[in-house]
Amino acid sequence: MLSPYIPIAIFVVVATGFALFTLVFSGLLHPEKYNKVKLEPYECGIEPLTDARDRYSIRYYLVAMLFVIFDVETVFMFPWAVIFDKLLLFGLIEMLVFIFILVVGYYYAWQKGALEWV
Amino acid sequence: MPPGISASDFYNILPELVLTSGALVVLIVDVLLPKERRGALAWVTLLAIGATLASLVPFRSTHVEVAQGLLAVDQFALFFKVVFLVAAAITVLMSVRYLEIEGASPGEYYFLILCATLGMMIMAGGIDLITIFIGLETMAVSFYILAGFIKPSHRSNEAAVKYFLLGAFSLGILLYGMSLMYGLSGTTNLRVMAAAFAGQETDARLVLAVILVVAGVGFKIAAVPFHMWAPDVYEGAPTPITAFLSVGSKAASFAMLIRIFLEGLPSMGHDWRLLFEALAIITMTVGNIAALTQSNVKRMLAYSSIAHAGYVLIGIVAGTSRGITATLVYLFIYAFMQLGAFAVIVGLRRADVAGEELKDFGGLHARNPFAAFAMLLFMLSLGGIPPTAGFMGKFWLFSAAIDAHYNWLAVIGVLNSAVSLYYYVRIVVFMYVKKEALGSEPATSPTLAVVLGVAVAATLVLGVYPRLLFELADASARTLGAAGVTTSLR
Amino acid sequence: MLLLIPLLPLLGFLVNASFGRRVGKAAAAAIACGAMAGSFAVSLLAVWRLVVLPPASRAIVDQVFTWISSGDFTAGFALRLDPLSAVMILVVTGIGSLIHVYSTAYMHEESDAEYARYFSYLNLFAAFMLVLVLGANFLVMFVGWEGVGLCSYLLIGFWYQKQSASDAGKKAFIVNRIGDAGFLLGVLLAFKTFGTVDFQEIAPIAAAIRPETAFGTVSLITLLLFVGAAGKSAQIPLYIWLPDAMEGPTPVSALIHAATMVTAGVYMIGRNAVLFSHAPQTLAIVAAIGVATALMAGTIGLVQNDIKRVLAYSTVSQLGYMFLAMGVGAYSAGIFHLYTHAFFKALLFLGSGAVIHAMGGEQDLRRMGGLKNDLPITYRTFLVGALAIAGVPGLAGFFSKDEILFDTYARGHTLLWAVGMLTSLLTAIYMFRLVFLAFHGDPPAPRATAGAGHVAPSHAAPSHHAAHLHDAPPAMTWVLIALAAGSVLAGYVGVPPVFAGSNWFGRFLEPSFSGAVVHEIPESPSLEGTLMVVSTFVAMSGIGIGMYFFKNHPRAADAVAERFPGVRNLLLNKYYVDEMYDASIVQPIRIVSEDVLWKAVDVRVIDGAVNGVGETVGSLSERLRRMQSGSVRTYAASVFLGVVLILGYYLWR
Repeated sequence: MLSPYIPIAIFVVVATGFALFTLVFSGLLHPEKYNKVKLEPYECGIEPLTDARDRYSIRYYLVAMLFVIFDVETVFMFPWAVIFDKLLLFGLIEMLVFIFILVVGYYYAWQKGALEWV
Repeated sequence: MPPGISASDFYNILPELVLTSGALVVLIVDVLLPKERRGALAWVTLLAIGATLASLVPFRSTHVEVAQGLLAVDQFALFFKVVFLVAAAITVLMSVRYLEIEGASPGEYYFLILCATLGMMIMAGGIDLITIFIGLETMAVSFYILAGFIKPSHRSNEAAVKYFLLGAFSLGILLYGMSLMYGLSGTTNLRVMAAAFAGQETDARLVLAVILVVAGVGFKIAAVPFHMWAPDVYEGAPTPITAFLSVGSKAASFAMLIRIFLEGLPSMGHDWRLLFEALAIITMTVGNIAALTQSNVKRMLAYSSIAHAGYVLIGIVAGTSRGITATLVYLFIYAFMQLGAFAVIVGLRRADVAGEELKDFGGLHARNPFAAFAMLLFMLSLGGIPPTAGFMGKFWLFSAAIDAHYNWLAVIGVLNSAVSLYYYVRIVVFMYVKKEALGSEPATSPTLAVVLGVAVAATLVLGVYPRLLFELADASARTLGAAGVTTSLR
Repeated sequence: MLLLIPLLPLLGFLVNASFGRRVGKAAAAAIACGAMAGSFAVSLLAVWRLVVLPPASRAIVDQVFTWISSGDFTAGFALRLDPLSAVMILVVTGIGSLIHVYSTAYMHEESDAEYARYFSYLNLFAAFMLVLVLGANFLVMFVGWEGVGLCSYLLIGFWYQKQSASDAGKKAFIVNRIGDAGFLLGVLLAFKTFGTVDFQEIAPIAAAIRPETAFGTVSLITLLLFVGAAGKSAQIPLYIWLPDAMEGPTPVSALIHAATMVTAGVYMIGRNAVLFSHAPQTLAIVAAIGVATALMAGTIGLVQNDIKRVLAYSTVSQLGYMFLAMGVGAYSAGIFHLYTHAFFKALLFLGSGAVIHAMGGEQDLRRMGGLKNDLPITYRTFLVGALAIAGVPGLAGFFSKDEILFDTYARGHTLLWAVGMLTSLLTAIYMFRLVFLAFHGDPPAPRATAGAGHVAPSHAAPSHHAAHLHDAPPAMTWVLIALAAGSVLAGYVGVPPVFAGSNWFGRFLEPSFSGAVVHEIPESPSLEGTLMVVSTFVAMSGIGIGMYFFKNHPRAADAVAERFPGVRNLLLNKYYVDEMYDASIVQPIRIVSEDVLWKAVDVRVIDGAVNGVGETVGSLSERLRRMQSGSVRTYAASVFLGVVLILGYYLWR
């Protein structure tokens, strides 16, 4: 019953095993000599000056979220376009309704000033 | 039109369409209205709810499946839709004053309430795991935002984040269970699933699915041990939202529970009845005992609401037609008494006073006799004292349990409601007996008076003349399952 | 028409609750008393219509509306008048009206708003009480049952400025909930067993089955119902609330905690006599608990110093008698005692109210004495009441108590009879202790300061008793006289055959108990006569003992008390029952709720995150971080643990 999953199980075991093996094995082999510079996070050669955790303007998130929303909208439109010739008028109306709801949201966000910087 | 969809499908989801359009209108009106006239938004929202209620009228005796079994339009769904819409309307009325005091702009608040209601309506009608899930998420996401709506309040923020994180976690569990159900039956339609599982031997994987779904649903109805979010979220969220959460969300989750287990998994009845029986006992007991020592009334009502989930589960465990009737009746009655109690708390909220501590109720009788009387009635009703509606609901639940040979469940239920009276009466003592804690009158507003009036009337009328409600609930319970097919009720 | 009987007081309540504070005292009192008097008049009319019917068909049913109808079950809001409920409504409305009149004077020092509030509660109580006794099925009865409990709670805590009063109200409510839980379970089980909750439908079904020899379903139903009765009627082990209930205004004690509400348990057993008679085991328990309560309360009553508490324990004791009667199957005797007791106990309470009124709120017997000259009317009427309750021949209590004792003896319960006799002796002793301490002897030295420090809020002004003590105003004294007349005459409706009577009362009630299994006892005037002589002798010697210890030789009582300090302390502390309940029930629940659920789970984890972070750290990100390292994880763990536990159960199974 479960036989189709056996390869997957083997895969999981091998993958985990490999990761563990490399970590453990290199840990056993390598010399342990630490200093401050060595322990710093690797950042393209530029010395880290401050804590990585910092505040961002809330606007970044807003823009990002708006982007995701309209991005997903497009994702929906691709498959719709592919079978458009089978859905015909019904499909067109459906998509218009869908876009209309999004436009209402877009209009709301716009009027609320979500698109303005500062 | 593509195969499988017809024009009648769109007609059958007319109430949902009306509500969606209403929500969009609210959103647009919000930005069109000048800032100082945003209060009018509440009336637009009420209009949308009213229109949706009116659009339910043609479906009084419809019994069909929409879009090849995605949604069921039957009296069972109708019953719940009425509960949700009434609860939403009362919540909106309560919110008018609350938002004023908090100084929050209504904005998307009302829109989100309508969205949550839409989600609940879909949950109640859903007979397909996908539809139920979409409804659940529509509701839950709206509530995540609403719980944190009072942005300057830390408690409100904390409530939202906690609710969101734990909600997502429990949703994962629920989805895992659902996916197992799908995997084992090859369908997401609950009725097809029931047929697929019928007569099958108990499968350990199906048991696992049942456990996971019970846990996921248990979280939504705040059954112990999946309840820990409830007190924090109820305490922190804006009071009207707490009220709506404890009434609407709970009722919707029970509708979902009944659909999934009674329609989809009748063959596993033995297992999930056992689980719910244990949950009911623990939930009632822990909820009531924890409520005993609370000094914050919102938190106390949160624990009381947990205990009530336990009572309602009794009807599900009984699983008979009478049990389901009792469940529906109780949820309907519970909506009014719980919303009413929260409305009193809203009334006590003033700019300088939270109005949710027990001491804030001190001497309320002297300051506002009507509010005190209303609260007295709600407390008695929650405690199950006749002639209030709460007694009728409890009586029917317990008698359903005894009727289905769950004698001990009824005994524990009765004992628990005896214990619960202790903390309900504590509020009454503070209102009628203690000296005034605050010098001034609680502010009243016409909308709040309407809410209290409606809730008081319902609590009394349904206690004295519950016949119509019983008949409606009975008829609704009997429409479970596909038309023409005997229901899975025992 | 029956609906009108509870409806009138309900209207009185609504009017007084809505407008009472604005119309003034006279109008509020007129509304309340008018409502009660109207209800009494309608009751008389209804009972008259009942009496003219032939005995076999004496029942009037009023189907008000269909209450619940679901599936195959329907329950109507139906009222039913039969001989049993006829007696009850006359007692409730009749004595209720008198007590309303009495209250108009007694409560006169309250403010307008409080006065109206008092009368609205009193009317509401009467309405619920009438629903209770008129209810034709368990559900309607339960509405009244809970309603009277609620009103009792409101009225006990009426003087809520007193902490003790509001505590007592709460105690009464909570203790009653335990009883009510039993009652409700009994109703549910009866519903399941008989498929109906209507008394008239249950009776024939129950009558058709054989009395249970072993402890079966009917026994369980009746036992659960009796738990409810024990709560409402203050029987062991749920009697503890009634003495504390004396914190309420005295007319309330007279109406609710003596004459009417506390007898509801007795009435309920009478109402279900058929059912109870088919459960001999339960009946034995009822009788045993009744007689034990009677004895226990009687002994406690011997040493109490608060005038109202003595009467409260006396009430508990007399209620025990009624349960004894019910338990041995002497249903009509129990109801007869209920009816006579309503007169003389209301009289005694109202008399003590007159004393308290005159003394400016003083309730301590040790601070009274020699009042018989100052309060002549009160003294004489009180004496009539005391003689009646002691069982002196010719007065109401004599007939009813003797009927109970005779029925007990004649049915072969010799031990119960002996204990009942002993209690009868105690009754006479403590009643006359009360009479002699309060009304005879010398007044304690400086009377002007007698009430200092014990002044009830309503009687805060000490002016009216400092100079000269006098009888209460006419509204109170006339009520006392009326009740005294009742205490003398009420018994003559049930004169036993031994006095050439025909026990009209017992025969009138018979249709209400038809179908009950009754062990017929042969008429035996000689036995009855003998027993009567014995009990008369017992009552007289009780009075004599009271006179010896508390009038003629006050020192002797103290000497006896000092000889047995252990017994005295045991009685003074009421057998330490309150303490036992506190240690065994109250504290464990409090500890679970407070220390386990509240401190360990709630405060430490939940509020720790809310308060600790909320006050000190402002930034949301910080808060989120802390929350995630704390409580949210715990919550998620709880969800997860729940799943694991359930899974574990299945694996283990």
